Amino acid sequence: MKNLNEPSQVLPANEGGILESRLQRRSFLQYAGAGAAALALTAVGCRKDRGFTNDIYGVTLDFKDDFGVLNYAYALEQLEAAFYTQVSNNLAIFTDSTERAYFQDIRAHEVAHREFFKSVLGTGSIGSLTPDFSSIDFNSRTAVLAAAKTFEDLGVAAYNGAGVRIQNAAYLTVAGQIVSVEARHAAAIRDMISNGSFSNLSELQSSGLGADSANGLDGALPPDKVLAMASKYIKTKINVINL
Amino acid sequence: MNIINILDEIEKVDGEIYERLNPRRKAMKDFYNIGKKISLAALPLALGSMFQKAYGQTNPTNVTEVLNLALALEYLEWNYYNRALGLSSGAAYIPVGPARDAITTIRNHERQHVDFLKKALNITGADGYVQADFDFTAGGTFADVDTNYQTFLKVALAFEDTGVRAYKGQAPLLKQQSVLTAALQIHGVEARHASHLRKMVKENVTGATALKPWITYTANGNDTGVTAADAVYAGEQNTKIANIEIQNVNGSGITQAQAAESFDETITGAQAKTIANLFIKAGKKLS
Repeated sequence: MKNLNEPSQVLPANEGGILESRLQRRSFLQYAGAGAAALALTAVGCRKDRGFTNDIYGVTLDFKDDFGVLNYAYALEQLEAAFYTQVSNNLAIFTDSTERAYFQDIRAHEVAHREFFKSVLGTGSIGSLTPDFSSIDFNSRTAVLAAAKTFEDLGVAAYNGAGVRIQNAAYLTVAGQIVSVEARHAAAIRDMISNGSFSNLSELQSSGLGADSANGLDGALPPDKVLAMASKYIKTKINVINL
Repeated sequence: MNIINILDEIEKVDGEIYERLNPRRKAMKDFYNIGKKISLAALPLALGSMFQKAYGQTNPTNVTEVLNLALALEYLEWNYYNRALGLSSGAAYIPVGPARDAITTIRNHERQHVDFLKKALNITGADGYVQADFDFTAGGTFADVDTNYQTFLKVALAFEDTGVRAYKGQAPLLKQQSVLTAALQIHGVEARHASHLRKMVKENVTGATALKPWITYTANGNDTGVTAADAVYAGEQNTKIANIEIQNVNGSGITQAQAAESFDETITGAQAKTIANLFIKAGKKLS
């Protein structure tokens, strides 16, 4: 088993206690046999209210039901929307007017997705995450395109991998309605980087996104793998339980 | 008999065993529950049924129907591209270079999808549809599809956008089935194709310079300018998702066009068949 965020293994002293111990033991029993899910258990997992953002404890995605999956999508859409908003503040790096227009479109789409999840989740939302884009040079078209490719391909793999967890048919449909738009973005950005690379499945496979280039299948990854890949872009700690 | 060890051993050769057993990764919890209910002697039997469920080839009827529809659409696409690439073309048809490369890439993916779905459906014989079963002019609507590159691109885009809508329309029928993931993975590839074909249409089709990789708002949903493809896009103008109006959602200033672009729409299996049947000859039409 591995942790998404190493520091989170150290439990806050003031949150120790019977409840937390019980949770950890229960969780250990639940997952020891399966031996697969990556977990970052902290005392926050005990809280009854789902929506709780805190700089120290981070947010918790509880995958026991659709709220967890929707909050997971909400987290990823927050990340994408924040990225493209920052790109949109510096569009001069694109000399091609079509590229400028597309980045403005994509920003709007990601904001629309984020706000959709915020509305659906209501008081059950995880709240706002703090992104960390310090590794991205927003003055470089090449760097921005590379980061955009990462976010879009990862987003497609995330929705594809999470679909099977969704219990409500209506939410499954919405996930489908969003993921194809993300795939359109991914293809468009890939074509900006290198025309014709819109659906390079062998690269999507070798870069660990879960694609299957022998069978013509796009990426698909479980939430723990997606969050591990996204973690360098998110300051807020994200804890995962019941995966 | 250490059952957990057995599962761990299987995981070494099949990393997805737990996903196969239960996509929600609560397989072990379920297993413990089973363990409580049955005697130790019956365990091997219970295990057998678990693996039968995980690896068995029998699909529920509705899943089979979904996969058969998907296969029919993939036959349509594969035959379309494969046939076009085989036509003696010259510079006026699919130009050698990036265009032909892209169509070849797409053609190859469609073949992979055909093979994948045949395997999923346990079909070992010849393809259920061959080129002679199709009329890609759709009864003369696209009469010059074999000679006019622009027409070829218009029809290709209609096929891809239809595929994207059809797969997502079927998703609820595959809810929490392990095959859903593969269906979504095919869906993603079709959306990438659609995005690139929109770029090709924008660059090559007269009057299509405003076309975007995503489907933007028009009054009837069809942003391609190809009126014969109206049925492919019916409803794409929708901006209300799960009863939430996306236009200016939460005061975000999202416009009607942006709202429509942000979410692709579904079509039903019946709608997908109606569109596909325009290109399928009598006697082989989907019912």
